[in-house]
Amino acid sequence: MNTAVTGTATGQESWLALFAERERELANECPWWVHGLRRTALARFAEIGFPTTKIEEWRYTNLAPLTRTVFTAARRPTGHEQLPETWLDGLDAIVVRTVNGYPISGLGQRGLAIRSLRQAWQEQPELVQNHLARYASFDRHAFVALNTAFCEDGLLVEIAPGAVLDKPVLLLHHLTPGGETVASHPRVLVLAGANSQANIVEAWLGPDSAVYLRNSVTELVTGEGAVLEYVRLEMEGDQAYHFGAFHARQGRSSTLAVHTILLGGNLVRSEVGVVLDGEGASATLNGLYVGKGRQHMDNYTTLDHARPHATSLELYKGILDGHSEAVFHGRIIVRPEAQKTDAIQRNKNLLLSRDAVINTKPQLEIYADDVRCTHGATVGQVDADAVFYLRSRGIGHQEARRLLTLAFAQEITDRVQPPALREHLAEELLKRLDDPVGVTP
Amino acid sequence: MLEIRNLHAKAGEKLILRGVNLKVGAGEVHAIMGPNGSGKSTLAQVIAGRDLYEVTEGEILYEGRNLLELSPEERAREGIFLAFQYPVEIPGVSNLYFLRTALNAIRKHRGLEELDVMDFMELVRERVKLLGMNEALLERPVNEGFSGGEKKRNEILQMAVLEPRLAILDETDSGLDIDALKAVAAGINAMRSPERAMIVVTHYQRLLEYVEPDFVHVMADGRIVRSGDKELARELERQGYAWLEEEAALAQENRS
Repeated sequence: MNTAVTGTATGQESWLALFAERERELANECPWWVHGLRRTALARFAEIGFPTTKIEEWRYTNLAPLTRTVFTAARRPTGHEQLPETWLDGLDAIVVRTVNGYPISGLGQRGLAIRSLRQAWQEQPELVQNHLARYASFDRHAFVALNTAFCEDGLLVEIAPGAVLDKPVLLLHHLTPGGETVASHPRVLVLAGANSQANIVEAWLGPDSAVYLRNSVTELVTGEGAVLEYVRLEMEGDQAYHFGAFHARQGRSSTLAVHTILLGGNLVRSEVGVVLDGEGASATLNGLYVGKGRQHMDNYTTLDHARPHATSLELYKGILDGHSEAVFHGRIIVRPEAQKTDAIQRNKNLLLSRDAVINTKPQLEIYADDVRCTHGATVGQVDADAVFYLRSRGIGHQEARRLLTLAFAQEITDRVQPPALREHLAEELLKRLDDPVGVTP
Repeated sequence: MLEIRNLHAKAGEKLILRGVNLKVGAGEVHAIMGPNGSGKSTLAQVIAGRDLYEVTEGEILYEGRNLLELSPEERAREGIFLAFQYPVEIPGVSNLYFLRTALNAIRKHRGLEELDVMDFMELVRERVKLLGMNEALLERPVNEGFSGGEKKRNEILQMAVLEPRLAILDETDSGLDIDALKAVAAGINAMRSPERAMIVVTHYQRLLEYVEPDFVHVMADGRIVRSGDKELARELERQGYAWLEEEAALAQENRS
């Protein structure tokens, strides 16, 4: 492994050098404004640099090891990559894959078009220009800035107005480090037309025992009356840095449910930002983070109520074993115009070991007066009374704890769409928690 | 079947059982009565293996074996069942799944084949009918949102499905209206058999009008202070527990 470790400043500089090195290639065959966007994003990154724990939004997540690492660009796939098969391949879904951020397949069917971003910005520059980087702001965000600066390709998913997709769309992001410490910046833009209905599952899969950075940005726009179920499934390798930003803008009376499941990776930061930008819009944010060993999982969510009569329901649950650490920082903004907002936020945590740590922080900014906003957080252990109850009926100690842990997770997994995912998620979760790494002595 | 000798147990620093002696034979129904705080529930929980209590002295023999060496799940698999005074709510685990997991754990231990869903459902439906229970409760999470009566009936259902050799019923009658009490009593009576022993822990004599005990014991201050037949229960109902407190106060004076 050729991981060079240098000072923080050098870490930042290495990104600038990498950009300079690749700039000619990057500038090739893309409209001027795309490259302009990249340069602006890089300039912004150069200005703000990586966040430190002095910044409130990053208080509990120390990026020092990451900022000292020099990454190389993940390679464009040749098409001969051996991609690992998982249970996800068995789902009855419309499957589109990227490798190292580059799409290796695209497709269209009635009401649905999936193209590479590179193709889209050639064919329909205005469409892409109207949306790309409009929702995921890089102004104050180093990782979104880096993703935008290194955005060479990605996926554009278009769901036609009124289209009701009969199968879920599965976006599988693979990564092949090829023995190097690579960084990959997948980018996805989803445009869901008015009154369309779709179920999208975006999953990140990577190999164990390899240090790599996956810095993913997804933007989503839901048209008026659209109904979307969006599952984000993070199953990175055990040494991975994963930054996943998801930013959505909701139209009038649209319904969006985002389910974020964090299972893998070494240092993980998931950001979900939804702007309820239409009257009567409704957003559900569900989250489940399962940590063990020395995993660090940071959830940062923003629900921005910009219009009246919108509702949001947020429930994030954590299961933490070993020495794992997690963060839940949930921000709710209610703009002055957003009267009759109804927002509920809950964060519940189950600590399976004495050494696991959770930091939970609600942040409510309410500028309207006729609203209902509630929040609450709990941290607990496996209920000893319940364990004894199960044991007193003949169920073994380990099995009792497994049952109760799974039951805790089920409040989230049972809401995930499509239902075919649920059982697999439960198995995946148990497999990870049963793994000896996660067991506390 | 069960023999308790000079059992002492404490919760934290507090000594609760101060030398309990009790012998229960197969086919017998024993009632244990006594005022609040006398140690009845602690005794029930210690037999089931609750680790909140530490046995400091004495022993419990179950079918000739040292019961205190067994984990709670091993005791259950060997045929001990405790109907909880306060059944625990378990959100996210369906009553059916829970029952089937428990039954199969016990069957496996006894060298029996595990029951598949079909056979299991047949068994459960039959027992549910016997108890006059609402079948919809089977699909719900264990005890979650159940009324007091539903929880107690659910305990009896578990007993009926798991078919223990020794059943301990800890205040299963408390908080029940008369219909629920009759249903619970009918369930208990249906389970009486020459091979099965029962210990019925209760504060009131009410349940004993429907479930006739062979022996009645009175606990006070962590000991069994009197034993007799069902007449003793009636006597207690008339006199209350005040006389026990007087006796205990006297004993206290004698000790100091």
